[in-house]
Amino acid sequence: MTDDEKKSKHPPQPRRVVHTVYVVDGARTPFLKARGRPGPFSAANLAVGAGRSLLARQSFEPGDIDEVILGCVMPGPDEANIARVAALRLGIRQEAPAWTVQRNCASGMQALDSAAQSIAHGRANLVLAGGVEAMSHAPVLLAEPMVAWLADWYKAKGLGARARVLRSLRPAYLKPVIALLRGLTDPVVGLSMGQTAEIIAHRFGIGREQMDAYAMRSHQRLAAAQDTGDLSEIETLYDTAGHYFGADDGLRRDTSMASLNKLRPVFDRPFGNVTAGNSAQVTDGAAMLLLASEQAVKKWRLPVLGRIVDSHWAGLDPTQMGLGPVHAMTPLLKRHKLKLDDIDSWEINEAFAAQVLANIEAWKDYHYCRNELHTALAMGELDQERLNVDGGGVSLGHPVGASGARIVLHLLRVLERTGARRGMASLCIGGGQGGAMLLERE
Amino acid sequence: MTDKSNNWQRETDAEGIVWLTIDQTEASANTLGQALMEELDGILGELEAQRPAGLVIQSAKPNFIVGADIREFTHVKTPDQARELIRRGQAVVNRLEGLRCPTVVLINGFCLGGGLELALGCDYRVADDADSTRLGLPEVRLGIHPGFGGAARLPRLVGATAAMDMMLTGRSLSARAAKKIGLVDHAVPQRHLQRAARELIRTRPEKKPAGGLAALGNHALVRPLLARVLRKKVAAKACPEHYPAPYALIDLWRKHGTDKPAALRAEELSVARLVIGDTARNLVRVFFLQERLKSQGDKKVFTPQRVHVIGGGVMGGDIAAWCALRGLQVTVQDRNDGHLAQVVKRAAKLYKKKLKKPRLIQQALDRLMPDKQGQGLAQADVVIEAIFEDIEAKQNLYREIEPRMKEGALLATNTSSIPLQILGEALSKPERLVGLHFFNPVAQMQLVEIVTTPDTHPDTAKKAAAFTRHIDRLPLPVNSSPGFLVNRVLMPYLLEAVTLEAEGLAPKVIDAEALKFGMPMGPILLADTVGLDICLSVAEILSKELGVEVPGRLRELVKAGRLGKKSGHGFYRYDKQGKPLGTKAGRGEYCPPDTQDRLIARLLNEVLACLREGVVSDADLLDAGIIFGTGFAPFRGGPLHYIEQVGQDKLAKKMDDLHKNHGERFQADESWLTQEGRAE
Repeated sequence: MTDDEKKSKHPPQPRRVVHTVYVVDGARTPFLKARGRPGPFSAANLAVGAGRSLLARQSFEPGDIDEVILGCVMPGPDEANIARVAALRLGIRQEAPAWTVQRNCASGMQALDSAAQSIAHGRANLVLAGGVEAMSHAPVLLAEPMVAWLADWYKAKGLGARARVLRSLRPAYLKPVIALLRGLTDPVVGLSMGQTAEIIAHRFGIGREQMDAYAMRSHQRLAAAQDTGDLSEIETLYDTAGHYFGADDGLRRDTSMASLNKLRPVFDRPFGNVTAGNSAQVTDGAAMLLLASEQAVKKWRLPVLGRIVDSHWAGLDPTQMGLGPVHAMTPLLKRHKLKLDDIDSWEINEAFAAQVLANIEAWKDYHYCRNELHTALAMGELDQERLNVDGGGVSLGHPVGASGARIVLHLLRVLERTGARRGMASLCIGGGQGGAMLLERE
Repeated sequence: MTDKSNNWQRETDAEGIVWLTIDQTEASANTLGQALMEELDGILGELEAQRPAGLVIQSAKPNFIVGADIREFTHVKTPDQARELIRRGQAVVNRLEGLRCPTVVLINGFCLGGGLELALGCDYRVADDADSTRLGLPEVRLGIHPGFGGAARLPRLVGATAAMDMMLTGRSLSARAAKKIGLVDHAVPQRHLQRAARELIRTRPEKKPAGGLAALGNHALVRPLLARVLRKKVAAKACPEHYPAPYALIDLWRKHGTDKPAALRAEELSVARLVIGDTARNLVRVFFLQERLKSQGDKKVFTPQRVHVIGGGVMGGDIAAWCALRGLQVTVQDRNDGHLAQVVKRAAKLYKKKLKKPRLIQQALDRLMPDKQGQGLAQADVVIEAIFEDIEAKQNLYREIEPRMKEGALLATNTSSIPLQILGEALSKPERLVGLHFFNPVAQMQLVEIVTTPDTHPDTAKKAAAFTRHIDRLPLPVNSSPGFLVNRVLMPYLLEAVTLEAEGLAPKVIDAEALKFGMPMGPILLADTVGLDICLSVAEILSKELGVEVPGRLRELVKAGRLGKKSGHGFYRYDKQGKPLGTKAGRGEYCPPDTQDRLIARLLNEVLACLREGVVSDADLLDAGIIFGTGFAPFRGGPLHYIEQVGQDKLAKKMDDLHKNHGERFQADESWLTQEGRAE
């Protein structure tokens, strides 16, 4: 206690110490496109695949980790609290707590934000955080009438009773419920995510050609990044059948405007513009990051990849959920007194080409900025040469729980590569939200 | 009331149940020795008078009873001594079985051989359902069969097929599998064992021998048929001249079935005959040789956690997979993703076979990390280099990794042909280099040669042997001389087979001769399996160093791309599944009478040379190495033991004849003449 405090009549106010949060390393699996049947890896296997090599190269033991947080939207039936499953399989000591977070498409970023808070508040020094999704393993469920029928069937005793129950079975009961499709539909406003993209495309006058051009560029950028080896955060996965997976396999090097143009709309049939070609792919993947306090960085002499400066979460009209990024990024920029040009590199998750373009348009639109974002002027034009420079969800896929962690990791790698300082990562979130994270390298 | 003898602790609880706990003094595991049986006999006598409410037998140790005390076998010299020993054992189990009160045995850990036979004397058996519980009758592996009533009781309890399978293969069962065939009444978690015992004593459920189809096999009309099937099955693995025990077991069951008194007597006679026979004596010798090898490594001196294997080929990959199976954290480094993918694939197959439960398989796979960048190197306690056999490549690798290795980490090479002295030149600390020479297939070959040079620090060798024990392999210390022990001894034998083939003998005829001697696999098939290119390269190295003649036929085949199993064609042709075609030798094939002698003589001659040169430190270790490294006919007790049993003079004469007829490669090693270096 200082002399001043002793003299004071009031007891000392508890001061909240905020610790700096560093990202020291990260790794992800290749993103593997779902091809109809369940993919080669469960969500837990993906998380272990990314985390295992990440931990193997550290100067500390897995046992030194204080906490594990993973984002995941639809863990498998054997993966309740998947963060704990992954933590124990990775050899992290059982005393270290692990929890799973769910904020739809931004679950991976939520995990990083939660981890950052643990460190900032001094509760943890070393946190393994990230996201994982095995969308190809999304459960297929029985319809409720079928479940009710089964309950009657198990209750029925004797042949007569069983025959009666059997007679009440209707073919319609057998229709499975595809959890993935349900998950991608907003239960409140009753629109699929694709329809919300159609709505905002219409609002800002974004046409089919613009969407397709954006999609083609995403593929071209990913192809270039693969060729130059700029995706070093990927750890190869090996299945038990003798196959290996070293790269994002959703990439189509032969994509052209002509081939994209041939695709039919998926969501607003028959006159919509959003197609499978200009939407994010359904994929499996995991991304894991190691977050550390200053104390941990010093103790284990960890290399610093960057610093999590701040995050922001915002809500908006669920029918226009695709505009979430500008709603989350605008207050974050304001809070740190930053202009668009102060950001050296952007990663805005490509849920839909139309949706990324709509965000760019929204920031250029005086009325939108003033009425919806409450700024005095239009925010301005985001330089697309700094945006998603190595491709995004359209070309490499969007495993919903993992993307938020992937874009933060990749953003830091881009900053490192270009020697730049400041980066912004953001996603739109089904249900009408946006999330954004501001990162810096010294 | 507590009463304690040397090995048994007796306690009577409030319900009048006697709890009899085995806890052999000054032993880490309970073995069924004479002293223990006699004490039990005494206790049972008292219980006959005392009439308790029930009797529960259990163990205070992590294992119930691991089997008979095999040392006692070696004291038995005459059939009468053997019969007396067996009769006394049977009498104790009979006495236990005859108790008027209900009897329950609680089984945890190993319950093998005599231990299980004792358990069969109880009314009820309850097993701990932990993975560590194993029940079995492995006597056949020692050249005998169950003698304390196991052969008489088991078929009645679990049916003929299940019983004969257990006794003929010696395979042990998990608690759950034992419950399934009716060997135990309950398989429950350890916390329920005692409750289950009380419940059984209280309710005394009817004892149920095998019923239905399982019982049918014991029927007098079915037995002869089933016996024929069983003999055929056994014959595929072992012939009656080499391994009489399984045949004797089938015979006595066929004759007596479930007629217990007769079966017990037959069992006594049969085991007494077997136990003093050569096969059983030699197999007991092999058991002790195995114990000797185990004692070459002291697990306490080194407890590695992480292993880094460099080189994801067949050897490197399988070594890595094996280490992960045994619970170590393993990284396996290779530049080629395709190799690493194959490593994981083979590992998954191995784990599926060994571990069965998906959860355990997953855990083992999680411990095995493909590591393209070599991230595991810096943290590894053991680094095993298993890259291709190239001096420069290995030396460059050592220069690169030595500075990155952890202080005190072991650096081992799996080289089979490059002298360690040369490899050590690349190291700033050559004293840390040791050879860990595994054999293919790693999961089946128990031997690992621990190769040292005068430069090797004694602690390094000790650590290497300790590591070998941690992964449950058998360490054999050898000097770094060309071919070490196993390859050096094996190669002349393989090359003689190649020469015989070049002389016009069919491969299957040559292999049949080796099988007749008792080898597990013929030399031609073995060469094909190892790969003819690999055989050639080892042969050439040995030829340079030791003057072994390399038959031109081998070069010819390698040049023609006939590399053996891996290329689909070597000496044999292989089908798509890798199965050799046309290996069965028919009658009347051309086969000179000295064929088998030629094969075996070259092996024996090389064995003597190795002993004389001190490649291994003594004769028993040499025998042990050859048995566990080459599969040399175990029932013969090892090559040096074989020489001793047949007689040096007789074999030396054979050598002379072969030398006269076939030339210099049969020049007898000088120790044939001097008699030095013979087993002490």
